[in-house]
Amino acid sequence: MTATQYDRAPGDRSRPADLQRGAPQGVLLYTIGLGLAVILTATSFWAANTSLLWPPGVPLGLAALAITQMGVHLVFFLHITSGPDNTNNVLALAFGVLIVFLVITGSLWIMTNLNENMMPSSELMSLHPTTTNHH
Amino acid sequence: MNIAVTTDHFDAESLPSASEAGPAPKRVVVAYGFWIFLLSDIVMFSALFAGYAVLMHATAGGPTGATLFDQSSVAIETGCLLASSYTCGLMSLAINSRRRHATYLGAVLTFVLGAAFLALEIHEFATMVALGAAPERSAFLSAFFTLVGCHGLHVGIGLIWLTIMMAQLAIQGFRPIVERRLLCFSLFWHALDIIWVGLFTVVYLMGVSS
Repeated sequence: MTATQYDRAPGDRSRPADLQRGAPQGVLLYTIGLGLAVILTATSFWAANTSLLWPPGVPLGLAALAITQMGVHLVFFLHITSGPDNTNNVLALAFGVLIVFLVITGSLWIMTNLNENMMPSSELMSLHPTTTNHH
Repeated sequence: MNIAVTTDHFDAESLPSASEAGPAPKRVVVAYGFWIFLLSDIVMFSALFAGYAVLMHATAGGPTGATLFDQSSVAIETGCLLASSYTCGLMSLAINSRRRHATYLGAVLTFVLGAAFLALEIHEFATMVALGAAPERSAFLSAFFTLVGCHGLHVGIGLIWLTIMMAQLAIQGFRPIVERRLLCFSLFWHALDIIWVGLFTVVYLMGVSS
């Protein structure tokens, strides 16, 4: 046993001194993760190609499946847990997720707004002859 | 798994907290630093994702994603990368219990599956360029090649890194510094698979279904 409690390195399933124990449990954990990831991936490919689902809802469903699968990878492959020795890893991850969210939604929001406010291309075309006549 | 949970609980109550215990072991510090790097890499990818999402419909009269993307090829690529992530996990278990042959086996499987992924992707790119769908054709294709190409570049760098690590393991054995580098490699490889999950969903599946 370790004498003191340190933080856990990201990717490690247990603390440094306990690493050499419990390899069969580790294999089981990775295999469960692989199984869940395969199921989620297969569902994504099925949902994108089927005609049984309501088409406008498919992108939202695909996004939900992708986020779930990312969570499966984080828990079963990178061993991110809610334990007290994992607080630093989880906080860094939370900050990363915040920035990713801001960059993606911010870009989409601003660009959609600009697209809506842009003059339609047909009007833009009809402006061109008048501007060339002035010169 | 239950045993691990109960000992964790016991440790948390009876032992001093991390801040009272003094500096953390180097393995924890190195892996945490690399975790921060990986998160910043993911932030960079989020900018490329945002660029792709904005330019997705800017095809300039050129080919669209629905006509270009081959879903069965993407499914095989996804399977290769996922299996490679799994064998990489088995490799890190072998490293933790100092099993040299199992480590080499895991590394070879990881390398072969990763190389198969990269070969399929390069073949896909070459087919697209041959059809006239090169990066300069439209804003959509520029964004596509930047995003997917950047991920492919990361996979290529990972393959080179893995080769170097196996050479170091063969020469130096299970030294702490080699183990720390291998831990960083496995973090890198799992993170690439997480990015690919977002990538095949946004680029290939949403691009074809909408």
